[in-house]
Amino acid sequence: MEERVLFQPALTRHRETDLSLGVAFLVMVALLVAAPFVVYPVFLMNALCFSLFACAFNLLIGYVGLASFGHALFFGWASYVTAYAAKTWGFPPELAIIAGAAIAALLGAVAGGLAIRRQGIYFAMITLALAQMMYFFALQAKFTGGEDGIQGVPRGRLFGVFDLANEMTMYLFVLVVVLAGFLLIYRVINSPFGEVLKAIRENEPRTVSLGYHTERYKLVAFVLSATLAGLAGSLKALVFQLASLTDVHWAMSGDVLLMTLLGGLGTIFGPVVGAFVVIAMQNYLAPFGQWVLVIQGAIFVVCVLAFRRGMVGELARLLRVRL
Amino acid sequence: MFEIFGIPSQALFGQLLLGLINGSFYALLSLGLAVIFGMLNIINFTHGAQYMMGAFAAYLLLQYAGINYWAALVIAPIVIGATGIVIERLFLVHLRKLDPLYGLLATFGLALVIEGLFRNVYGSSGLPYQVPDALRGGRNLGFMFLPNYRAWVIVLSLTVCLATWFAIERTRLGSYLRAATENPVLVRAFGINVPRMVTLTYGFGVGLAALAGVMAAPIYNVSPQMGSDLIIVVFAVVVIGGMGSILGAILTGFALGIIEGLTKVFYPEASNTVIFVIMAIVLMVRPAGLFGRSA
Repeated sequence: MEERVLFQPALTRHRETDLSLGVAFLVMVALLVAAPFVVYPVFLMNALCFSLFACAFNLLIGYVGLASFGHALFFGWASYVTAYAAKTWGFPPELAIIAGAAIAALLGAVAGGLAIRRQGIYFAMITLALAQMMYFFALQAKFTGGEDGIQGVPRGRLFGVFDLANEMTMYLFVLVVVLAGFLLIYRVINSPFGEVLKAIRENEPRTVSLGYHTERYKLVAFVLSATLAGLAGSLKALVFQLASLTDVHWAMSGDVLLMTLLGGLGTIFGPVVGAFVVIAMQNYLAPFGQWVLVIQGAIFVVCVLAFRRGMVGELARLLRVRL
Repeated sequence: MFEIFGIPSQALFGQLLLGLINGSFYALLSLGLAVIFGMLNIINFTHGAQYMMGAFAAYLLLQYAGINYWAALVIAPIVIGATGIVIERLFLVHLRKLDPLYGLLATFGLALVIEGLFRNVYGSSGLPYQVPDALRGGRNLGFMFLPNYRAWVIVLSLTVCLATWFAIERTRLGSYLRAATENPVLVRAFGINVPRMVTLTYGFGVGLAALAGVMAAPIYNVSPQMGSDLIIVVFAVVVIGGMGSILGAILTGFALGIIEGLTKVFYPEASNTVIFVIMAIVLMVRPAGLFGRSA
């Protein structure tokens, strides 16, 4: 395997970077709390779900160096299970979401177990192929509703108390879950476990020679990433009261990859920024139809050729801080 | 009319034939991917889009210039191959020193751009392309009816695959190519223009995809998204076969096409997924792929 030159080297932690991270986090929370008074809440919730999805994806590509091309598998299937549990079984929202995330974890364990047997681009192709297989299952299975998807999913009452049919309550719930996921990922990255993940990213053979069972670390990271991606998918199913084939299609895997790349691979805030930019773009460019595809493709190419650090990565380099 | 395992022979051989046709395309496309990967260390995600461009080139040549299928079979791969060379010179050449992942991302982006542009102009519905006059009709083999065009596709695909194998494994140019795959710096020291060889290799691989596209035009409708689903199956084929061997890529392509065809007869619900299931099994038993060198 060649030396990787793609990721910015991890800076050592010291007080200033902790400070900059803390300030950035507080700014982000303040903006997100104020935002629903200015911007349409459903748009915000959509972007928040994708932020969590992209952060989960970034855990894998940015910190372990594993490029999954099939994360729609976890996002989409969790969204189906949550929608089905809430609608057909009458699960309360918290249990429906847990069911969705649990399925994503299970699928992550199976897909991850297979995919980590190969490295690099093979890993990408395997995850893509497995996701496509599950796409066909979703297309043919009875419970997913095929082309129609599962529509009219009830949001229900959270813990039997909070009525999620209210947009503001739903928004706060989504915000809390997404921030919790964000902080969990931050914690994982900065734990001893996370340090091993970064070591695998930088030089896997050397990590093996230091006595780490890298396969196990990769698998745990994969399952964690899949679970959080599933959590995002479950939330989205409740927000839109819909689970559909779009969420399991490979284009969705491409979208989350674009968000992460545009925001900055291996940065903490990058995926959030990337998700908001891409969702906003899809929203405002929707009238132009297929041009969205062309523009997204072009952004991919530009990012890869000239902008590999992404928006947050470049900003962090300018300010000389870790973001 | 007789039966095999309770399946009428017509249906069985009919699906086997369809399987062989699909296998022809899998083989041609995975061969192109393998050749490109060998030289550029890039998985060419644009391959599906280039296959689609080949089919569209045939369609447009016929529609606007009255150029028939036989000429398109030669012109389309050259024209699309040339666009491949432009792509390599403009974009891929800058990615040489980077992780192969970036090649995958860049070619994925290009595939989106190309597919999006074609969808803007031609919509999502398929356009018909007539089977050339000389290959209309078919013959009755006694146990099944064999349409001439399908027989032609299988023969042509086999011929092109074997010719490519011969060119790479048995000729002087091929030996340069293989040497440059192993150690480009040393081959350059012998005075061989490796960067030009890389560019031409990419053009050739893209040409193969375009050729497959022209061959596919009369069988499937010509549509902007005809390549994107196919390419994912071809990726699975490549994972199963491993990209270490040219002959392996060809064999795996045909074999999986046939298996897919048989699945359509015995358990049609699984025909979309059988190749992915086989990929999962191969990964468990032989992670490097059937013909691959260890990773």
